[in-house]
Amino acid sequence: MNAQTSIEHPPTTRKRERLVVIGNGMAGCRAVEEVLERDAERYAITIIGAEPRVNYDRIMLSPVLAGDKTFDEIVINSAEWYADNGIELLSGDPVQQIDRDAKTVTSQSGKVVAYDKLLIATGSDPFIIPVPGKDLNGVITFRDLDDVEKMLAAAAGGGEAVVIGGGLLGLEAAHGLTLRGMKVTVIHLMPTLMERQLDEAAGYLLKQELERRGQTILTGANTKQILGADGHVAAVELEDGMRIKADIVVMAVGIRPATSLANTAGLECERGIVVNDQMVTSDPDVLAVGECVQHRGQCYGLVAPLWEMCRALADQLTDTDSAYEGSVTSTKLKVSGIDVFSAGDFSGGEGCEDIVMRDAARGVYKRLVIKDDKIIGAVLYGDTADGSWYFDQLRKEADISDIREGLIFGQAFTTGGALADPSEAVAALSDDAEICGCNGVSKGRIVQTIAAGAHTIDALRASCKASASCGSCTDTCEALLSLTLGDQYGGERTVKTMCKCTSFGHDDVRRLIFEKELKAIPEVMQELHWTTPEGCSSCRPAFNYYLLCAWPGEYEDDQKSRFVNERLHANIQKDGTYSVVPRMWGGVTNPTELRAIADVVEKYNAPLVKVTGGQRLDIFGIKKEDLPAVWADLNAAGMVSGHAYGKSLRTVKTCVGSEWCRFGTQDSTGLGIKIERMTWGSWMPHKFKIAVSGCPRNCAEATIKDFGVVCVESGYELHIGGNGGIKVRATDLLCKVETEEEALDYCAALIQLYREDAHYLERTAPWLERKGLDWIKAELLDDPQSVPVLAARFRYSQQFMQDDPWERRAKGERRDLHAHLGEIRPFNLEIA
Amino acid sequence: MMTQDARWIDIGLASHIEPGTARTLPVQGGEEIAVFRTMRGEVYALVNKCPHKHGPLSQGIIHGDSVSCPLHNWRISLRSGEALGEDKGCTPTIPIKLDGGRIYISRKEALAGSRAEA
Ligand SMILES: Cc1cc2nc3c(=O)[nH]c(=O)nc-3n(C[C@H](O)[C@H](O)[C@H](O)COP(=O)(O)OP(=O)(O)OC[C@H]3O[C@@H](n4cnc5c(N)ncnc54)[C@H](O)[C@@H]3O)c2cc1C
Ligand code: HEM
Ligand code: SF4
Ligand code: FES
Repeated sequence: MNAQTSIEHPPTTRKRERLVVIGNGMAGCRAVEEVLERDAERYAITIIGAEPRVNYDRIMLSPVLAGDKTFDEIVINSAEWYADNGIELLSGDPVQQIDRDAKTVTSQSGKVVAYDKLLIATGSDPFIIPVPGKDLNGVITFRDLDDVEKMLAAAAGGGEAVVIGGGLLGLEAAHGLTLRGMKVTVIHLMPTLMERQLDEAAGYLLKQELERRGQTILTGANTKQILGADGHVAAVELEDGMRIKADIVVMAVGIRPATSLANTAGLECERGIVVNDQMVTSDPDVLAVGECVQHRGQCYGLVAPLWEMCRALADQLTDTDSAYEGSVTSTKLKVSGIDVFSAGDFSGGEGCEDIVMRDAARGVYKRLVIKDDKIIGAVLYGDTADGSWYFDQLRKEADISDIREGLIFGQAFTTGGALADPSEAVAALSDDAEICGCNGVSKGRIVQTIAAGAHTIDALRASCKASASCGSCTDTCEALLSLTLGDQYGGERTVKTMCKCTSFGHDDVRRLIFEKELKAIPEVMQELHWTTPEGCSSCRPAFNYYLLCAWPGEYEDDQKSRFVNERLHANIQKDGTYSVVPRMWGGVTNPTELRAIADVVEKYNAPLVKVTGGQRLDIFGIKKEDLPAVWADLNAAGMVSGHAYGKSLRTVKTCVGSEWCRFGTQDSTGLGIKIERMTWGSWMPHKFKIAVSGCPRNCAEATIKDFGVVCVESGYELHIGGNGGIKVRATDLLCKVETEEEALDYCAALIQLYREDAHYLERTAPWLERKGLDWIKAELLDDPQSVPVLAARFRYSQQFMQDDPWERRAKGERRDLHAHLGEIRPFNLEIA
Repeated sequence: MMTQDARWIDIGLASHIEPGTARTLPVQGGEEIAVFRTMRGEVYALVNKCPHKHGPLSQGIIHGDSVSCPLHNWRISLRSGEALGEDKGCTPTIPIKLDGGRIYISRKEALAGSRAEA
């Protein structure tokens, strides 16, 4: 402590105890208000604040930035309030030291103030990510009015802003800066915006909406450095090398409780200043409140908990018994025109159940998480009207079992009890209530149509178009059928649904992806009203394939939605190691390939190398970390992935044919190789095997393959829909062609028809039996244009499929999928 | 790089695990650990062995806070290690904490089973 300063006592100290508050922010001032309300005479109060101004509503800085409010409008306590209540305000002068023995605090300007009770309310400090360039001019945080003024000054010149952090704060900054005329890019580390408040589905809708407003949103983007010119920011560089021009950079990646003052004074601190239920720190005369504290292991970054804390604190300071027991929080994003609400825990877990409602036409997504008949979490996007009601139920831990059915439709549907049953809710709708949003069909119209004879969903769809488009009103239409027809209507829904997440079947999903031009998994889930937030291990791989097939070259493969074999490009074995099958075109090999394989077997101690049923060699027992090195060795000998692991073209099995065999009629090996060169790398609904035999003796067993060619003197017989396996099915003859070119075209066309029509995980044999051979023949053979058109679509798609995944991995792509995170040894740890 | 502490072992940055995936952490003389990061960014650690037939859970598809085993599709809770649905069984979990973007794993449980337990 500085010796030269005299100790200053707050006015009228004689009778009153001295309460000193560090931090003139939201919690500090509220605490003082609460104390004054209980006992205005008890304390002589001094508030010391770092900011050179009176107390204001910090959360309204966002509207100030956006131009919806002025600073004067967000002041909470004006200078008169301090004067009227005899509070001494020392503003613009941060406290630098607490001396707990002398019971004084010292400010930057050297003032020493004595206390009987000290209250620390220093809030939080913005977290600055430690990247090169973080100290350049133009790197701004978003915490106080000074920050807003800096942003406004920068925005006055237009230009480009990069906001690092796609949480609440970052998005509000981005919104404000966009309205002020800047071109804004948001860089967010996680794949989902506001991932702590929103789930993937809601985050996706939010991203789409912000993009529609002209912001560029980069998710899964890691900042590498901030580049400067003449000491001022110029650009932000991402880990992947991308550079974004920037006149200012707003860091909004999170906050840290401001504990340094308390820590230096020897008060117990962990993440925040540790307080008990009365908000008392490890020193009985020092209390703390607001974002700087840690209570029962929890730190908060929202205002609602502060209000509750301040009540317990004021009780404590006025000798009343009470306890703060922690808060449940809810969040709303303050961006005009975007309604987002979230509360509680929605990460799921044991015994949790989701109720999801999606209304694509209105851009609404609602999700409630229920556990033990109580709401424990809620995420609402697009329609947040019921947010506070859900939050209320959540906080009261109300039992919702009686109102569960209608819960997701909100308070109006559930209170009063009468409408709790959804069919009653439907019955209670007025005749002009719109049921089918896509085709604008009212309840009255549907009831009339049913009365006029449309007694099934299909009939309804055909006659009044209700439920004929997106299908989200199918449940309501079924309810109307059963209401109108009574027992006559037994329900139907013969279509097998894709999985438990939906009432749609595969065909609907495939058709709608195409019709509505859906191009990303979360988008499909939203538009098709998926009832789970992230889908499941059945529908995610199916979506990934359907999108890949529908939008070749456009859709980016989602590795997270692939089964392990396709993610690691090798076959997992029961001991967790992998087997590696390099491609041998048409089953033909040479000494270089064989030598490379032999070397790999020795180098990596592969315990087994086996000739497969598909005419190539399978190397067993490779560890996932060794895969890229194995592939590099195989690539070096000219070999590529054999896709023995994929729902894709596997092998083209051939016999030696006319080149060597005395019975051979055509060059079956040569044709097999041409077919394999054309088809390798293509993703399919299921695995796909091809064979070419040189004569009807059929040594390559072409008649138990998905596509089999049997050569004859006059040309090529094309067979389809066979497989070996548990239930052997021999092929059906599709047709006979005369030239190799035709055989290749028909092969491409059949594959494309299968790719575009079959359900995910349906092989050609069950597909053929479901659709009928006649249907397939008609699709391919009736119109002479069909084969060339389908074959052209296949070849177009192959452009994007035929790069060897092994080569990319061997060169280092997705190293994280192969390398260990590190290794633990009993006494130390190696980070890989 | 390593940070030592009696209770926790620093195993590096959370950002080294892409959300929705898992990575592995072999333990010398002990059971390999799978470290999962969910789409929401939560981190969990389990012994990398399915309770069914010891499939490597790190290679399963992760949805919400469960993982589907790559071998026979059992669904395992990342929170408790319990098999979900009809299946019965449990994989040991290892306590984790996140601090400043880094993952810390509990030393005692991580080394459980290791002969040279510290
Ligand atoms: C732009 C923005 C938007 C927000 N929007 C929302 C929202 O919509 N909903 C919501 O619930 N929450 C929101 N918040 C969070 C909310 O503002 C905080 O939770 C709240 O302000 C915390 O109050 P506090 O008193 O703990 O900290 P603060 O209000 O930050 O007050 C702490 C004060 O202490 C001062 N101080 C720090 N160290 C010293 C020192 N050594 N000496 C003297 N003074 C010191 C600081 O300068 C500051 O004035 C938002 C925050 C920001 C920045
Ligand atoms: C997880 C399950 C399976 C794995 C990992 C697997 C793996 C393999 C592999 C690696 C090959 C060698 C093919 C090649 O060279 O590419 C093969 C061949 C074969 N598999 Fe499977 N298989 C599986 C399931 C099945 C099933 C369910 C069937 C039956 C429907 C089946 C039928 C066959 C047949 C008939 C062959 C020989 C192919 C030929 O002669 O051309 N397999 N399998
Ligand atoms: S299928 Fe005919 S051509 Fe081919 S190897 Fe057998 S006998 Fe010879
Ligand atoms: S080993 Fe995991 S499901 Fe069988």
